[in-house]
Amino acid sequence: MLAYVIRRLWQMIPTLAGVMLLIFFLFNWVGGDPALVLSGKITNKEQIENIRKQLGVDQPYYKQLGYFAFEVANGFTCTYRSYVDADGARAKLRAEGKPAPCQAVRSWATNEEVPKILVTRIGPTLTIMLPVLVLETILGVILAIGVAYVRGTLTDRMIMMVCTVAMSISFLVYIIVAQYYFGFKWGMFPVQGWTGNFWKDLTTYAPLPIMLAIFVGLAPALRLYRSFFLDEINHDYVRTARAKGVAEKVVMLKHVLRNAMIPILTNVGIALPGIFVGSFLLETFFSIPGLGREILVAVNRSDFPVIKAATVYLAMITMIINLLVDVMYKVVDPRVTFK
Amino acid sequence: MSAVMTEAASTAAPLHQPSPGLWTLAWRRLKRDRVGMVALVIVVFFLLLMAGSYTGLVAKNWSKEVGVSYANPSFMAGAENLEGSKSAAADPQANVPYVDLSDIDPLAPRYKEWEERTAKIKITETPRAETLPFGGDKWGRDVILKAVKGAETSIFVGLVAAFLATVIGTVLGALSGYLGGRIGDALEWFYNVFTSIPYILLILAFAAVFGSSPALAEYKGVGMVVAILALTGWTGIYRLVRAEYIKHASREYVKAAQAIGASHQRRMFVHILPNVSHVCLVQLSQHVVQFIKAEVILSFLGLGVPVDSVSWGTMLAEAQAELVIGKWWQLAAAGLSMAVLVTAFSMLTDSLRDALDPKIK
Repeated sequence: MLAYVIRRLWQMIPTLAGVMLLIFFLFNWVGGDPALVLSGKITNKEQIENIRKQLGVDQPYYKQLGYFAFEVANGFTCTYRSYVDADGARAKLRAEGKPAPCQAVRSWATNEEVPKILVTRIGPTLTIMLPVLVLETILGVILAIGVAYVRGTLTDRMIMMVCTVAMSISFLVYIIVAQYYFGFKWGMFPVQGWTGNFWKDLTTYAPLPIMLAIFVGLAPALRLYRSFFLDEINHDYVRTARAKGVAEKVVMLKHVLRNAMIPILTNVGIALPGIFVGSFLLETFFSIPGLGREILVAVNRSDFPVIKAATVYLAMITMIINLLVDVMYKVVDPRVTFK
Repeated sequence: MSAVMTEAASTAAPLHQPSPGLWTLAWRRLKRDRVGMVALVIVVFFLLLMAGSYTGLVAKNWSKEVGVSYANPSFMAGAENLEGSKSAAADPQANVPYVDLSDIDPLAPRYKEWEERTAKIKITETPRAETLPFGGDKWGRDVILKAVKGAETSIFVGLVAAFLATVIGTVLGALSGYLGGRIGDALEWFYNVFTSIPYILLILAFAAVFGSSPALAEYKGVGMVVAILALTGWTGIYRLVRAEYIKHASREYVKAAQAIGASHQRRMFVHILPNVSHVCLVQLSQHVVQFIKAEVILSFLGLGVPVDSVSWGTMLAEAQAELVIGKWWQLAAAGLSMAVLVTAFSMLTDSLRDALDPKIK
């Protein structure tokens, strides 16, 4: 078990290096000269040269990659330039007897510190996405077991048909219509907003986006979970249970449900890293100051440091969650052995 | 053994019927699937619509401003249309009181000459329709024609991006699954890198970089959306094709091909590819649906097609603001046409999978 975890962590290193290389390649090479992106309409050569120096992009690529790795390692809280004190600002402060902290990487658009941006935006995203994931799974399982119970009947086929149609309508249409009717026309929920007070947000501003996300996510979840239940129903142990006279309800709830939970939990595990990105569409429409909206705004402003940091850390979180899910298997299903 | 074979051959020989291949069988099964056939007809209809709109046979004049602003749908002819009547109410200059400035205006001597010249220019005023079959947008363009034009963009992006993603996924999957070894490991690493970044984030990162890159500035627009979707969406196909190639690489027919001296490329793409092509086809179909949805969202956010071309996504973006003043038809046109196509395409995908792989049900 421990050996398995250590080996998996060891295997993460090349993947993480690859993620960093990919991001570096995209943003420092394909994305063009960052100094030109940042300077915008400034044409003064000297100023552009200054910006290049400050960003470190006047250095060769391998050095830039090193700077990037350094920043990733310290959580973007300290730029390499500030660390080695290239402009002497920290030495000056120290000489004056003042504290001379290392300068964090800053957003190009707002000059906010990148780690601060990420930390403050994660809260609202989780406020929306955690209830969504939990409620969607519970509702999905309950409904799917109901549909699997009446499998093959007209009801089953009708529900599956409705699911296919519901999945075909764009998420955008759902949000636009729901926001218009529930928020604007009928005034049941605020159209948009956020306070920063957890309980107020959760009870006032979050319900509509949460309900929308669950409503939209339920159709695919229902289809998938139903297929998991149907897979289990054809197994021998189910036939044996029926043969010895166990009631159909008990077969479904006790025998089938427990075994179908394994693929269902896998699926939840796959969806788990996604809750950190959040639904950027919901956050944009309902003006929730979450991570998804922050990334989208950064994309529109070509705010590369924010996108780079978000991508690297979300990739790390994804890898770690995947490992945790694999370890959880062992707990849920004792038949699993680690190779 | 030989006796059995000759017996089988003798019964089959007089019929002179080659046994039907995978595709013939699949087509026969698909023809029997009523839902699948209906879906196929709808999808073909949309594809024809796209081709027609591309060649200019249909919706050629979609950008013509034929109606008043936000013209009502013809089945709601009586409804009030404040925006429309405002735009129809003659030119705004009529209300400005005329002030004689000719004694102080240095250009006064030229007034007459200009009047003569303007008189020579013919102005024809086309009357703007009060109602259009399914309403008009802000500029009085017919919403149905706009939806057709939007379908062209969205379906084009979906098809081309899905095709490219399938090609990338298949080629990389074939290399990794068939060759294995160092190349396989390298491709697996590549795959792990791409899948460890959440998919939405990967698309947004590509969009950010491609959007701000000066080298790619001239390719902005539809081509860029296709590139973003294709470069980020190949991973699922790669995984499946790789598994298929691993399975097939050790099969006897491949060994036989090796024995007669077929090269690696030939074995990979002439011998094995036809046997895994049904996987590719189902994946292609699935990705078209996924990419059409993605294109709509990207265009809605302004990261997709440019402002001057119309797609279902840009229509929805306009419709969001229109809904507040009660103009729901553009939202309905874009949302409905997309829902119909995507439903039909997903059902066709399901039917295709059933037809091509009858073992999975």
